[in-house]
Amino acid sequence: MTKPKALLIDITKCIGCKACVYACKEANHLPEKEDQELASTSYTVVKEKEGVYYRRLCMHCNEPTCASVCPVKAFEKTPDGPVVYNGKKCIGCRYCIQACPFSVPTYEWESTKPLVRKCTMCAEKQKQGKITACAEACPTGATTFGERDELLKEARKRIQENPGQYVDYIYGEKEAGGTSVLFLSSVPFEKLGFPSNLIDEPLSNLTWKIMSKIPNYVVVSGVFLYGMYWIINRRMEFAEYKNKSKGSSED
Amino acid sequence: MRLPFKFTFWKGVLVVIWILGIIATIIRFSKGLGASTNLSDRFPWGLWIGFDILCGVGLAAGGFTIAAIVYVFHIKRFYPILRPTILTAFLGYILVIFALLFDLGQPWRIWHLLIYWNPHSVLFEVGWCVMLYTTVLAFEFSPIIFEKLGWGKPKKWVHSAIIPMVIAGVILSTLHQSSVGSLYLIMPEKLYPFWYSPIIPFLFFLSALAVGCAMVIFESHLSYRAFGHRLKMNLLADLGRVMIVTLVVYAILKIQDFSGRGVWADIFKNRAETYLFWLEALVGVIVPVIMLSIKRIRLSERGLYYVAICTITGFLLNRLNVAVTGMEASSGVHYFPSWMEISITLAIVATGFFVFSLATRFLPIFEHPESSAKPEESVVPEELYSMDILPKS
Repeated sequence: MTKPKALLIDITKCIGCKACVYACKEANHLPEKEDQELASTSYTVVKEKEGVYYRRLCMHCNEPTCASVCPVKAFEKTPDGPVVYNGKKCIGCRYCIQACPFSVPTYEWESTKPLVRKCTMCAEKQKQGKITACAEACPTGATTFGERDELLKEARKRIQENPGQYVDYIYGEKEAGGTSVLFLSSVPFEKLGFPSNLIDEPLSNLTWKIMSKIPNYVVVSGVFLYGMYWIINRRMEFAEYKNKSKGSSED
Repeated sequence: MRLPFKFTFWKGVLVVIWILGIIATIIRFSKGLGASTNLSDRFPWGLWIGFDILCGVGLAAGGFTIAAIVYVFHIKRFYPILRPTILTAFLGYILVIFALLFDLGQPWRIWHLLIYWNPHSVLFEVGWCVMLYTTVLAFEFSPIIFEKLGWGKPKKWVHSAIIPMVIAGVILSTLHQSSVGSLYLIMPEKLYPFWYSPIIPFLFFLSALAVGCAMVIFESHLSYRAFGHRLKMNLLADLGRVMIVTLVVYAILKIQDFSGRGVWADIFKNRAETYLFWLEALVGVIVPVIMLSIKRIRLSERGLYYVAICTITGFLLNRLNVAVTGMEASSGVHYFPSWMEISITLAIVATGFFVFSLATRFLPIFEHPESSAKPEESVVPEELYSMDILPKS
């Protein structure tokens, strides 16, 4: 079995050239117009804040919120790492967009047959043994592609070997149960607008705690309600019977 | 009786709303959601989810409450309000599904819910519950049609299966009334702390129960104004009692929840969320509880009508706060619905009122053989009241 792949994005190495953005557009046949934020026409964007450049793209969560909330299972976490979307199933409820903790999925708002759009981690190219378009295009090695375990080791190594250059944190190692996109930065992540209030376990656990109780609830309340009906009905019949026999004996 | 085509002020309003609704509908389906709504990637759920779905489902909650009271718990005094509440619930759910067709990006694929299952998704569960419960409501409603048509046999068949169907309906309702709240469980970092809560399913269920009773009181008043039918005062007072208990339990849970999560520190912050939260709490819980604890109000038809209006308004505020107010801060954008979103919502509500008034006029809703002859009441002997099985009327 192949080990799950990931992307390591080292913000300290990013020069803001946007080669990844253009490569992504070409690989995914997206229109050339440039977006400031993630959009149905841009699966990744490069932004500048606090004097550094950083990328926005799908985090490819280990246990994706989008896959958990989608009522028709249009999202799937593949064993290789990418979270892929099957547009043929999508009914357009947009719960994925609403629930994604990283605000990643986008919608084709102008279309009359709209679909959700987001980074695919070049799942098709990966199947052919290739690496993602963005990692391939990056001239400085800011975005690298590899096995998640290896990249985590590499990230720790960089933090240890360059004291003071990085904040001692790998974003994506634990967030919402861990993601297949990992970030290293010299600026604290919350200052860059990365969600910093996420729990370490998959968000889907929050709903599953309730959802998993439903079968029990159905059985227990079914028995209880039918029992209530039966007992009350029985007592009423009995009372009626007593009433009648009382009435006939008086005759 | 008034002529159906006599032109009145409200019919004029109805026609205007419908025309605007039809224009908005054409734009919605010919140009897409982007052109017709103010929704965006930052704010993907707006008025249609907040009002048409969250409020719509809740306002129809009277259906399962009264069905359970009458059929499962044999409290036959409530029989006269069974039909109006089932009509409201049935109509409500049909309108919720209808409204959903506007909001879904690809509504013609709604049947995908049937074949692509994801039991981990709350929305999957809500979808199935709404679908099944609407079927149950159609079943519960069918005797009214059969009676109108004079079909005795099908009515009997329905009657023989009514208990399992009502029980299924109660289970399905409690499930999805709470689950529309559970939709937000997965967004702890997105929904503002006043409304996000690990117990949001229970809060949604309790508020639906309270508003279900309020809706019955409200409808009783409206039908009295329109047709002269009105529920007996003792029934209305009982509903008031259920409401005060439910609202007090709701308030206690909410207070515990705020303490447990340390929200009290934020409740006087100068923010839009604070004002809307207090408005909701005041109108939907505090004022109704105070009014209901005053005997003179609790035992008067008009007093209960005002309590019901308060509770319903507070409920609507709550659902809109969850869906819109509570999501704004984390989204980073300001959302206000477009005129097309508002028109379509208004048109759907207006259609609801219109069909309800037609149904009450042409179908045996408020007056029917069972309620006038009351054969069932005669089989309830006094002992049952003294045995504490049935509450004393």
